[in-house]
Amino acid sequence: MTISGWAEIALTLALILLAAWPVGLHIARVVEGERTFLQPLLAPLERGLYAAVGVDPGRGMGWQSYAAALLLLNALHFLMLYAMLRLQRFLPFNPDHLAGMSPRLAFNTAMSFVTNTNWQAYSGETTLSPGSQMWGLTSHMFISAGTGIAAAVAVSRAFARGGMETLGNFWADLTRIVLYVLLPIAIVAGLALVALGVPQTLATHADATTLEGARQTISMGPVALMEAIKELGTNGGGYFNANSAHPFENPNAWSSLLETLLVFLIPIGLTFTFGRIVGDQRQGYALLAVIGIFVVTAIAVVYAAEAHANPLLTALGVDPAQGNLEGKEIRFGIPLSVLFNVITTATSCGAVNAMLDSFMPLGGMVPMLLIQLGEIVPGGVGSGLYGLLVFALLAVFVAGLMVGRTPEYLGKKIEAKEIKLAMLAVLILPFSILGGTAWSLVLPQATASLGNAGPHGLSEMLYAYSSATGNNGSAFAGLSADTSWLDTTLGIAMLLGRYAFLVPVLALAGSLAAKVKVPASGGTFPTHGPLFVGLLVGVIVILGGLQFMPVLSLGPLAEHFVLFAGKTY
Amino acid sequence: MIRELRPAALLVLLLTLLTGVVVPLAMTGLASAVFPFQAHGSLVAQDGKIVGSALIGQNFTAARYFHPRPSATTEPDPKDPSKTVPVPYAADNSGGSNLAPTAKALIDRVKSDLATAGSAPVPADAVTTSASGLDPDISPANATRQVARVAAARHLPEAIVSGLLAAHTQLPVLGFIGEPRVNVLELNRALDEVRAP
Repeated sequence: MTISGWAEIALTLALILLAAWPVGLHIARVVEGERTFLQPLLAPLERGLYAAVGVDPGRGMGWQSYAAALLLLNALHFLMLYAMLRLQRFLPFNPDHLAGMSPRLAFNTAMSFVTNTNWQAYSGETTLSPGSQMWGLTSHMFISAGTGIAAAVAVSRAFARGGMETLGNFWADLTRIVLYVLLPIAIVAGLALVALGVPQTLATHADATTLEGARQTISMGPVALMEAIKELGTNGGGYFNANSAHPFENPNAWSSLLETLLVFLIPIGLTFTFGRIVGDQRQGYALLAVIGIFVVTAIAVVYAAEAHANPLLTALGVDPAQGNLEGKEIRFGIPLSVLFNVITTATSCGAVNAMLDSFMPLGGMVPMLLIQLGEIVPGGVGSGLYGLLVFALLAVFVAGLMVGRTPEYLGKKIEAKEIKLAMLAVLILPFSILGGTAWSLVLPQATASLGNAGPHGLSEMLYAYSSATGNNGSAFAGLSADTSWLDTTLGIAMLLGRYAFLVPVLALAGSLAAKVKVPASGGTFPTHGPLFVGLLVGVIVILGGLQFMPVLSLGPLAEHFVLFAGKTY
Repeated sequence: MIRELRPAALLVLLLTLLTGVVVPLAMTGLASAVFPFQAHGSLVAQDGKIVGSALIGQNFTAARYFHPRPSATTEPDPKDPSKTVPVPYAADNSGGSNLAPTAKALIDRVKSDLATAGSAPVPADAVTTSASGLDPDISPANATRQVARVAAARHLPEAIVSGLLAAHTQLPVLGFIGEPRVNVLELNRALDEVRAP
């Protein structure tokens, strides 16, 4: 680890905080339908959309209607993408005449993008046309991100006042978030990325003759806008197979810093949005403190692991000064590779600018653990906030048990029904991650996909189900994921991780919204102080993390010890 | 549920049109107008022919050129499309080795590369593959070790080659943002411009 590396990391984190604050407050104003500086420009478009679609943005929806609208829109969008991928051959903007995807790969990819996962079982530059990348994938990046943020806003509203029957209007929430938040930021950031070197063209490739006279086909396409929304919406699906490690997605240190900032902008900003919606900014700061503790710890551990060179290579005579450089790019070095990959796994982004499969065992374990915690520190856009709120309810419940009082969070009494719904959501994680991994590890057709042997093979499979369930999308990419078993089961894991978590949480929000708001009294446990922050960190570690300790011991921890004992596979 | 079907279908269509067609196409036009060089892939031409992209690494094996890092990219095997063959710096199929730190294949590959890499300690980037397989850069330490070979192959004084290397070494901004690096294609193009004294 170097001082300049830490300075780079500290600068980025400081810029993220500075930028997330106004963005978070902007989101709060947008979803409440208040006037913002973008209104004169975009309000006619917003009104036009409502008129064309035939919705009244002021009509409140109960949690059932809100959930039904959300699921219906997502289901139709899934079908649309599935059809586009299958029929790619017949659609425009396909100059290389690429064929359609196989049914299983199209299922996996469509599920991956509708759930904001962006798991890539395909290789972008060889499988998809610029058309599919634009109206297929890029549109999903905007709409799945908007869906997540809308759900988080609906859940936040449940704490705002007492005796509410509705959580807001899903159509209005989604439309406003896409128009006033995602599009403007993505367009500005996309142009900045072009300036830094990211292509945005309808050409699919250029043919070059290298200085030594060889032919080189250089793939390109409309990358910049997709890159911007891919980070901003914590989507993570790259235009290219190598994702943000590809020089056209991430040409230099500045683009890496900008992309890192975009990934954290909305998840961090939403803690401020939450504070404003519930009318007490300190509640948002407490959540931010919890997130900060996990993120900074994770960066320190991964940085320490990756700054250490692979001892097996050092023994052969490789200079250890550059750290573990296999699968990393020179222009990012160790600090920017560590920062990027921690930030994209702490959120459910899943973009990578270095190959996690080649990280040191502990360097790869931490991103995996961040996903397994439930993608809540800070998690994906929206999904992270409502996930973290579920854990906050469990934390006050644990505190309530200790002192024998009915727990409250923000004046809402937390009773048996709420805790049951919260646990129903949270239990999806071990069910899908551990269940899927265990099942696959005993199936020969699944283990045939492994790219590495020994404990690292177990890590590859565990990472795949963690990433799919957490809707992250990054991978230990040695795994050959396009097989019928993995395409199907990982697709189902994404489905469960997104909607089997979201629906109980919306039910929980509906139940809380209807309750009266109890005024704080002397006996109320304050949920904005250091005691609550510590308690929430503890609950996340124990409830979210501990259940994965046994399997992590068999994978990355075991690999760490055999590596330093000099064993290879 | 039925009541929400119409708005769901229409909104998905309209938002897809907006975010997947109108905005990307407008963005493509705007980028092409404002930053034409970058928007079209930072392509560099020599004598009217495209020799590569300033951002994408390419393979160099001749002694008179600086060599890039090893690359793990592959292409489909012309004899059997279900298999792949190693093709370094295949810029239409990016990817890394994805080898674990404990992979025997990694250790064996590094061992074989070390045989021709000169005296230990060897800079790590000379024997490790990048994440994209298209890394355009090498470290200054790696480049410095190649100066003598390049100078001898071109019958140039080492000082001239070292001078070019120094001129093409990019240092971190403000001393801490980014990494020291050398763009191999740019350095090699500059070398080709030099006439022997």
